[in-house]
Amino acid sequence: MLKTFFRDKDRYLSIILISPSILAVLIFVYVFIGWSVRVSLSKWKGITADYTWNGLDNYIQLFSDQRFHVDVRNTLIFTGVFVIGSIVLGFLLAVMLDQGLKGEGFFRSLFLFPMAISYIVTGVVWRWLMNPAEGVRTSGFNLLFSYLHLDFLQNAWHTTPNWGMAAIALAAIWQMSGYTMALYLAGLRSIPGELREAAQIDGANELQIYRYIILPLLSPVTLSALIILGHMSLKVFDLIIAIAGKQYPLDVPAIYMWQTTFDGLFYGRGAAIGILLLISVAVLIIPYIRYTLKTEVRQ
Amino acid sequence: MTNRFRLGKNWLYLPLILMAVFYLIPLYVMLVTGFKSFAEVDLKTMWNLPNGIHFDNFVEAFSKLSPSLWNSFVMVIPAALISSGLGSLNGFILAKWKFRGADIIFPLILFGMFIPYQSILIPLVQFMNAAGIKGLPGLALAHIIYGIPITTLTFRNYYASLPQELLEAAKIDGADMLGIYRHILLPISLPSFVVVLIWQFTSAWNDFLFAVVLTGNTQWPITVALNNMAGSQIIAWNVQMAGSLLAALPTLLVYIFLGRYFLRGLLAGSLKG
Repeated sequence: MLKTFFRDKDRYLSIILISPSILAVLIFVYVFIGWSVRVSLSKWKGITADYTWNGLDNYIQLFSDQRFHVDVRNTLIFTGVFVIGSIVLGFLLAVMLDQGLKGEGFFRSLFLFPMAISYIVTGVVWRWLMNPAEGVRTSGFNLLFSYLHLDFLQNAWHTTPNWGMAAIALAAIWQMSGYTMALYLAGLRSIPGELREAAQIDGANELQIYRYIILPLLSPVTLSALIILGHMSLKVFDLIIAIAGKQYPLDVPAIYMWQTTFDGLFYGRGAAIGILLLISVAVLIIPYIRYTLKTEVRQ
Repeated sequence: MTNRFRLGKNWLYLPLILMAVFYLIPLYVMLVTGFKSFAEVDLKTMWNLPNGIHFDNFVEAFSKLSPSLWNSFVMVIPAALISSGLGSLNGFILAKWKFRGADIIFPLILFGMFIPYQSILIPLVQFMNAAGIKGLPGLALAHIIYGIPITTLTFRNYYASLPQELLEAAKIDGADMLGIYRHILLPISLPSFVVVLIWQFTSAWNDFLFAVVLTGNTQWPITVALNNMAGSQIIAWNVQMAGSLLAALPTLLVYIFLGRYFLRGLLAGSLKG
């Protein structure tokens, strides 16, 4: 827009009006990140702050920490199942809803409603749906499977050794796949109908049209979904707390940070985990913001 | 709409209905369990419909959760209003006035939307303690400040999309910046305000992490209270289900009545607005 659009008086006013917000964000985001970095390089352990220099010790200890290894493994399992599940399901739902069927709006609203609910509510309900009790105490999905004569599907859900995180990811897919559906639907709606028609005239069948025309055109949507869902999985926290509480086999970095800091008072270590989380998120998000702003300028 | 390949698409209703059932299962369990009488509640019959409508579980859950439902409302409403107001003002200034450094400031603000809050949690708690901002006001303040990036983004995108002539005309008529904002932009900003208010209301209502570190037990908002209720061995699961429904109801109602705006907020949150 015009640099000279506002008169000088207006420009000063603009600075006065926007400064508090910018200052607040700069302090609460960037100063606080710097402060966290400083805590992560300290020996702080206990109620009173202790900024004694400790170098990278907190980080080095994490890399040989058994619990942190479990966390990284759990995050990878969760990310894999959650991201792939939400993208595949969201894409299929979007394609089905893009066929011009009656009741499309109803289905769309239905698939999206879990987004309005908190992870805590989802977790509390899924905790009972994924009840691992056996025998006469069987309930939840396992009971439903037995009604449907699908007993072979019964399993221990989040209490399955080593792979419990995959069950947590199922609840997360329930919550978030509607969101990927919405992203894909918006993408599908922006593909001009002539492209499909041209391909049809050239003799392509419907599957080929999706495979060779629509899917490649949707790759920016897939990229956004990968990044948004991926960074969400790095941050997953409340959902696990609500389903399983603080349990070692289902631990993730976000829970470890919270527990070691506020229950264990290992502030230095907690801050180090927070910073590692931030770095992993930044690796995904910073290129994404740059890419988005660049395409915006081009438009 | 052009050719959407309409031939024999009706079989698609089968997978769609199956998926609809999948999405409704948790809601079904909350409802049927919530409306059962204490006598009928049994994990072995959890999929059965209730014999009539009973409010025992809701009464019990409400008596346990009403203080925290109130806490949530008291914290969320001002947080949503203030961060939306700030976002509108910031969005206007950023959209219509390119000051030097705006290209650096804007992405820096945006990044604040995505950070894992674990990376600022220790300083946040320390700061609030040092400043003596305890409990709900502190929680509201956190939601306001960490909400600024998304509210600013949404309004900036909206204001940037408006035709420049609209503002030029007002300027020729002698209106100053605030006059343009108040008399021209604000009246047409209502839809964006709805989007942003809904978004802020929902995310602050559903937040758990800030709430659990910034509030003590008399000031717990609903998410923390519900989680603690679910974690205790004393409170029966049927009451937990009723409590979950109570906790979900405000945002669910907002979604049901204003879903269109909710979706726009959702897309803005992924920078796709």
